Amino acid sequence: MSEFKFSEENEKKFQELLKRYPDRASLSLPSLWMIQYQEGWISEEAMVFLADKLGTSPMDIQGIASFYTMFNLEPIGKYHIQVCKTLSCKLCGSEKIKSHIENKLGVKFGETTKDMKFTLTEVECLGSCGTAPAMSFNDDYVENLTVEKIDELLDTLK
Amino acid sequence: MIVKIVSKNFDIENSHKLEVAVKNGRYSSLNKLFTMTPEEVTKEVIASGLRGKGGGGAATGNKWQLIPDEHEKPTYLVINADESEPGTFKDRQIMEYDPHLLIEGIINSSYAIGAHHAYIYIRGEYVFWAKRMQEAIDEAYEVGYLGEKIAGHDYALDLTLHRGAGAYICGEKSALLESLEGKRGHPRLKPQQKEPEWFFGGPTVVNNVETIASVPYIINEGFEAYRAHGTDCSPGTMLFGLSGHIKNPGVYELPFGVSMTEVIEKIGGGVKDGKKLKAVIPGGSSCAILRADEINDITLDYESLQEHGSSLGTGGMIFIDEDTSIPESMKNLFEFYHHESCGQCTPCREGCGWVDKILGKILKGKGSLKDYDTMLDACEMLNGKTICVFAPSVAYIADSYLAKFKNEFDVLCKE
Ligand SMILES: Cc1cc2nc3c(=O)[nH]c(=O)nc-3n(C[C@H](O)[C@H](O)[C@H](O)COP(=O)(O)O)c2cc1C
Ligand code: SF4
Ligand code: FES
Repeated sequence: MSEFKFSEENEKKFQELLKRYPDRASLSLPSLWMIQYQEGWISEEAMVFLADKLGTSPMDIQGIASFYTMFNLEPIGKYHIQVCKTLSCKLCGSEKIKSHIENKLGVKFGETTKDMKFTLTEVECLGSCGTAPAMSFNDDYVENLTVEKIDELLDTLK
Repeated sequence: MIVKIVSKNFDIENSHKLEVAVKNGRYSSLNKLFTMTPEEVTKEVIASGLRGKGGGGAATGNKWQLIPDEHEKPTYLVINADESEPGTFKDRQIMEYDPHLLIEGIINSSYAIGAHHAYIYIRGEYVFWAKRMQEAIDEAYEVGYLGEKIAGHDYALDLTLHRGAGAYICGEKSALLESLEGKRGHPRLKPQQKEPEWFFGGPTVVNNVETIASVPYIINEGFEAYRAHGTDCSPGTMLFGLSGHIKNPGVYELPFGVSMTEVIEKIGGGVKDGKKLKAVIPGGSSCAILRADEINDITLDYESLQEHGSSLGTGGMIFIDEDTSIPESMKNLFEFYHHESCGQCTPCREGCGWVDKILGKILKGKGSLKDYDTMLDACEMLNGKTICVFAPSVAYIADSYLAKFKNEFDVLCKE
């Protein structure tokens, strides 16, 4: 059933990385990242594929992948909005930002819009406390959030 | 007040690019470095009094000496760029504005401990900073600051960037190494005697980004120049972070020993919106909270904060104004700790969850007098036998919130 395969580029990267660690076990996180960038999420087939490559069991890979919150073990929306909920952001008004986003997209945090466009997630401190409130938008950070900034960003994508 | 050692090049345009970095002094320590023996480098760092900037404040040079003289497997240096302690956002500045300073520090430090491969473990969310860092590493390889013969000298060093994937506990050094070995980030049980960390059986030093970025100055200018700033027990400078209810949030490099109230007024511009200060969390969320009336004599150094019942931590200060509820802030942090406990130890897993639940209940107006005591009991449980210091430090901060703001809990915990 293992239909997943690394893209040519990722396979090459995998081989390069093998030389940079004393043991191939270290490649689990880098490989899970490559899978997620390739597919958008990490499927069971991909885990079977990776287990085979690293010489371990799919269960082992599952245990690793599920420990780290950034790995998506099911498909998510095209745009992943992750708003920081920790103290400095809260003190600077993250709650207002969160409810504004919820109202705008019509879904709650922890949910994905029906058209699979947006997924909303609350996350812990992003390391942007000095530019709070902060969120990440796919791979990018958006900081010093205001309602206007959210509108500007989302209105172009909706 | 500001002294720029680590942040010296931050404001220069394109300071992250190799050409600009070199023009502004980066890699200039290497000529001197290779005239010194590794032992001499370590001695210089010990003499400088440099202390770890990742939160613990351990003496850096002494830690390097824990690498045994003889061992089978190679030695490694691992840079902790996990930066996940709430209130902390300083290491990213170094990686954004002066990644070559970090690489230079890595060369200095790897040479001192005899490592030929170093790793930077960077938190998964820092995608931009990982790219920045990787570009700098690629540049350094291209011109020979990394690789077979560092700057033409008879010393080889490889540097690999490794991305985490979202887990606060991976900032704890042994959990970080478990994660770097490809496993779940579970802290390791550490034997009592002093010894190094281990990466696949090789003796390993784990140091914070800022710690290592402080080394080139010490090598270049000598330990006395570093000691010229700060205090006896806290020499040098630190990148302090200001966040929360403060007018000018940001990262500022200051010598140790400056007055906290002066920093709030002169650098921070005072509390936001002209309000009064209620409390300060002095060095990342894992430090005991201080009431505004306690900070008047505090200076920003390890000794002073300890004397005042808290700690310097990562230097990331969170300011809380008069209109903010402390029980609510505590609940916010306990959601964090509850979520981030790795779950290996029962007291930690259960204790964090318990306090979080009770706080939720009393904030809903359903608190009773018993709840306050139950939280104190939970703290005792958290202080039980656990693998890492996560649980006891959570107990210690919970105690500080409960004791110092008892009045606010009393109002919520009615008969
Ligand atoms: C729960 C926990 C989280 C930690 N997170 C970090 C972190 O994000 N960054 C860091 O440098 N050190 C962190 N530390 C401290 C590290 O364990 C380690 O002491 C440090 O990286 C050593 O470097 P230093 O001596 O240069 O500070 C953490 C410790 C604990 C107990
Ligand atoms: S104290 Fe908490 S975080 Fe540390 S190992 Fe135990 S369960 Fe994990
Ligand atoms: S508290 Fe939100 S980024 Fe740190």
